Amino acid sequence: MKPARLRPLAQALLLPVLLVALWEYSGQQEWIPEGLLPRPSSVLATWRVWAFGAGGFGLNPYSGTWGPTILFSAHRVALGFLTAVAIGVPLGVFIGWSRLTARMVDPLIQGLRPIPITAWLPFSIAVFGIRDAGAVFLIALGAFYPIVVNATHGARDVRLNLVRAASMMGATRSQLLLRVVFPNALPAIMTGLRLGLGVAWTAVIVAEIVAVKSGLGYVLWDAYYVGRMDVVLADMVSIGLAGFLSDQLMLALSALVLRWKQYQK
Amino acid sequence: MTALICNAIRKTYGAVTALENIDLSVAPGEFIALLGPSGCGKSTLLNLIAGFEAPTSGALTVFGETPHRPGPDRAVVFQEPALFPWLRIWDNVTFSPRLAGKPRAAYEADARRFIDLVGLTGFERHYPDQLSGGMKQRVGLARCLLMQPRLFLMDEPFGALDAQTRLAMQELLLHVWDTMKRTVIFITHDIDEAIFLADTVYVMSARPGRIRSRFTIDLPRPRQIDMLADAGFNALKRDIMHQLRD
Repeated sequence: MKPARLRPLAQALLLPVLLVALWEYSGQQEWIPEGLLPRPSSVLATWRVWAFGAGGFGLNPYSGTWGPTILFSAHRVALGFLTAVAIGVPLGVFIGWSRLTARMVDPLIQGLRPIPITAWLPFSIAVFGIRDAGAVFLIALGAFYPIVVNATHGARDVRLNLVRAASMMGATRSQLLLRVVFPNALPAIMTGLRLGLGVAWTAVIVAEIVAVKSGLGYVLWDAYYVGRMDVVLADMVSIGLAGFLSDQLMLALSALVLRWKQYQK
Repeated sequence: MTALICNAIRKTYGAVTALENIDLSVAPGEFIALLGPSGCGKSTLLNLIAGFEAPTSGALTVFGETPHRPGPDRAVVFQEPALFPWLRIWDNVTFSPRLAGKPRAAYEADARRFIDLVGLTGFERHYPDQLSGGMKQRVGLARCLLMQPRLFLMDEPFGALDAQTRLAMQELLLHVWDTMKRTVIFITHDIDEAIFLADTVYVMSARPGRIRSRFTIDLPRPRQIDMLADAGFNALKRDIMHQLRD
């Protein structure tokens, strides 16, 4: 890598590295009790056992369970997110396109939207029990709002002249919807998907803390209860990493779908 | 059959009268220019013919039929190119036959010919945002040519271009028209452009929009740029300028 490209990277890493070093040092000096805030080095050691340790019924119940734990959460995020996409995108495009749909559906969505997904927890457990379905429901609900709202905006934003151009070329109403309104809404839809995926990761942690017995959220709370702050911290970093990676995936997908955008001034 | 007949067309928006008592008769193959200041309702008239809007009263027929909605028999070249930014040039040009579900073989040769005619060969795989303003208008023209319409409606298509590009586009349009001989309704506020292109120039006045006078342009065809400085051209220009000013 050239020095010119290395410099921004160095600038970005400077502050985090300093913070971690300070944290490590204050742990070594025992300014902060290890039981309250374990040092980065012990968190890393814990993570290595969690990720690569032998499974089975050893003294450490977390040993070797990191992979499956992340997969449990990722699976729920994927299910909930895809459900939200499958409902939110078509519905949003339709609300943006059809005034009748907007009048009938939009008030309902806007009315329910201020209820945070945390407030839906008891409802979700009552209806779905302590099962996956409850977690998936909460994730889908949380991701649904940004997805539907952005799709609505994207569809509503279509320029009159593009609609006119398509209709003078003989487009029917359904062709207008599929070949003009939908592609026109795609940039906004992709923004909605990105926001929705972020919310999905928030929702999965909340849901797993309360409503199921596996996944990163469950381990987070469980480790806190048995006083394993090292596991709590390793879990937090894992959640951040998973969220970051899925966001990068979304960005790559976005760049692929919106190839034509790169030429826009 | 007459290509276009407007009979006592009136268009109002609430209390505002945009068009009043428009009578127009255009022969097949005729190139007419509607010339007038902004706000004279010339674009409104074009929207009525295209079927984007309906007249408040009066009758409008295109080859004997009253258009109720936009359709591929009346191609429109817009002032801003109105291309689909997510489609490559080839897909923009062939949008209409693809909407109609035609197989590629049915339009491919024509599409290549028209893309070549407007000078865009080699740009088929580009996106609209990669092209200049003049090139985008060529795409808009090519997609209309491929529709094989009975009427070309052009709404100040070169209004946003710089003077040099505009002149090149006018020459291109004349060349295309000489080979096609289709009926063209061309909207402009540029006197030179109206005279240079059209067989007949209708001068409109504003608020409410009316047709004030009709000029037959009997300059010989094919027309060349040199004509823009001819005595005959300038005499016509003077007459039309007087009409526009009063």
